[in-house]
Amino acid sequence: MPRATGFFFLAPAFFFIGLFLLFPFIWVFIISFTNVALTGPTALNPAFVGLENYVRLFDFSRWMRSGEFGNALRNTLYFVLGSAVLGQAPLGLAIALAFHRRRGPLRELVFSLATMAWILPDVAVAFAWIAFLDYDFGTLNTVLINLGLGKIDWYFQHPLVAITIFNVWRGTAFSMLLFSAALGSIPPSFWETAEVAGASSWQRFKDVILPLILPHILTDLILITLWTFNTFTPYLITGGGPFFRSETVSMYTYRVAFKFLEFGRGAAVAVVMMAINFVLATGYLLSLRRRRAYG
Amino acid sequence: MRKCFKLLFVIGLSFALLGIATFAESIKLTVTSRAVRGGVNTLLVQWLEDVVFPAFENWMKEQGKDVVVEFIEFGGTDEALKEQYALDLKVGRGADILGFDGFWIPEFDAAGLVKPLDEIVGPSIWEWEGWKHIPPSMREILGYQGKVYGLPLGTDVRVIFYRRDIFEKAGIIPAGSGLRWQPRSWEELLDTARYLKESLPGVIPLQINAGTQMGEATTMQGWFMVLLGTGIHMYDFYSGKWYAKHPGILEALNFYKTVYIDEKLGDARTQLIPGARARTFELFRDGKIAMLVEGDWFWRSVLAPGSEWGLPNRNEVVDWAMMPAEEPGAGYRGQNFVTISGGTGFILNPNTKHPAEAWALMGFAFSREMQLEFQKLQPRIRARDDVPVIGDPVMSEMAKALLRLTTVRPMLPGYPKISYEAQLMTERVVAGLMTPEEAMEAYAEALKEIVGEESLIIVE
Repeated sequence: MPRATGFFFLAPAFFFIGLFLLFPFIWVFIISFTNVALTGPTALNPAFVGLENYVRLFDFSRWMRSGEFGNALRNTLYFVLGSAVLGQAPLGLAIALAFHRRRGPLRELVFSLATMAWILPDVAVAFAWIAFLDYDFGTLNTVLINLGLGKIDWYFQHPLVAITIFNVWRGTAFSMLLFSAALGSIPPSFWETAEVAGASSWQRFKDVILPLILPHILTDLILITLWTFNTFTPYLITGGGPFFRSETVSMYTYRVAFKFLEFGRGAAVAVVMMAINFVLATGYLLSLRRRRAYG
Repeated sequence: MRKCFKLLFVIGLSFALLGIATFAESIKLTVTSRAVRGGVNTLLVQWLEDVVFPAFENWMKEQGKDVVVEFIEFGGTDEALKEQYALDLKVGRGADILGFDGFWIPEFDAAGLVKPLDEIVGPSIWEWEGWKHIPPSMREILGYQGKVYGLPLGTDVRVIFYRRDIFEKAGIIPAGSGLRWQPRSWEELLDTARYLKESLPGVIPLQINAGTQMGEATTMQGWFMVLLGTGIHMYDFYSGKWYAKHPGILEALNFYKTVYIDEKLGDARTQLIPGARARTFELFRDGKIAMLVEGDWFWRSVLAPGSEWGLPNRNEVVDWAMMPAEEPGAGYRGQNFVTISGGTGFILNPNTKHPAEAWALMGFAFSREMQLEFQKLQPRIRARDDVPVIGDPVMSEMAKALLRLTTVRPMLPGYPKISYEAQLMTERVVAGLMTPEEAMEAYAEALKEIVGEESLIIVE
């Protein structure tokens, strides 16, 4: 088939990708250099302001202040490290390992509950968590008081910890399912050989399982890092507060673009976010390519 | 071929029927505001849906017009409503009549999102009988640069609301004496709070709004009420400049620091959590807050018996006092007491498809008769001078004492942003993130960015 025919068939796809992906991207990039706003004088007469929005974003003299970009970036870093890298991935792996080569009601129960937490609608889940961790009436604090432990002011004293725990609960299912599938793909003969050789369970994990699922761990980490970086659900719980202590970059973008209605500045934050996503995604694609080369 | 004709005939007929249906369809008007039946501003919904709309529909019918009016409830915060309006108006949508806060007008007008009434409907609006009863000061509430964008439901004032029952329990007022409490300076106010803290643990003595969670409620009920007591306003109307650094700002911030940080006379947590305002209302209703600085809306809508946070015995357990200046005579314009007014009302959506009918509805709702109906549900200071405050001596008294002392926010497109910076400044102090000096420094820096250095007043 001639090349031109191939392009002809691809044209609709290119058209839609261009329209819905490339065009908005370029548009956001362009307005990030303007002072376009939805209200106020610059809404009617926007002007190009060069790099001003970016300079403002990276004004290091105040960037760690509450409500500033650096503060949001640091919170995001803790949030992603805590909930994705240290939370979801190890927990998902642990559950998958615990039920590997096992059947039975307990496995079904754990898998169903974890998956449920993953697929329930955001708003319902957020509401449940507000009720769960509330200082005065929350379920958790009621339990803690009855155990004689005293209550904890989750959303006020430890908002970042609270949304981190929430996100672990919310997203562990993905890692669990991915690792479960990865473990299932290990040929049973490997296990039997290891058992015959008298390997302890730790040795089996270290020398058989880990090398075989390492690429999957990498895939998992990069995917959940990307998702956690962009997630907005915690906003429904803490609103980024109190005093911006749990504000992540996606909430910051929302605040600038839709609460202050400053689209120019909001676009600049979005471009920085896209750049970070781009780096993460590139890492993901490169690791996939390397895996293909070895595998 | 015959089949084809048949098909064309059917299609043609359906279009014709559709056309007739559209032609005969009644005119539908929509009104929206931050109000929910049984929830926030429930009395507004009751007045509109139960009184105004049926009467208006009848009146239109008499003129041979079939008009149906629908109220769209909005249950979110004022800030969320403003966001919704900006997005709706930008794409040419939204309800025909919008419940609007006066201070949003300049910002929306500068963006071309709202228009004066006579530009939307035509000069015929000036024939409405109500204008001669709405004084200029009231027209300015939803006005900007001499133009009128809508009609205000009324204006308001701000005071300290206190719980008589708590004060009597603490022995500040002798029980059953009918005596009232009125502080003359910040020190007297703080002393009362200190005394309450000591004698009644478990009761928060004083809440004065701070922080960004409270939104404009922080600026109006909190920041302005303290700042005006130091003798300055946020904005100097004569020079057209903003106070960015001033000893008054520092004194006001130190007042906050005393209340929330140094002596813990107020509870900072309640100010800073999501849903802070609703939580405050709840605590006051439950007798857990002794003094709260709020607008008269709090009295006539929030605490009104039957409302969401209503107190059946409101008139017995709640009383009010004027907010004192730092020292007698040290307040704004040399006053002993300070307050500030704002106002909300209804504007016409420039995108309305039925401007004449929409304006007719507004004029009808703001007729003397309909406003008197509203007074029966919720007595307050109304925009029309022929509609007195009836049946609520507390409201009349507040109006009488404070309307002559009041001031307003500057009607400028930049105000909402600066207001947010003021909220942020108080938040940084009450959360213990910054000292008053640092917070003022950051405020001045932000103002410089918003309006430029030449529009700032800096007094070290």
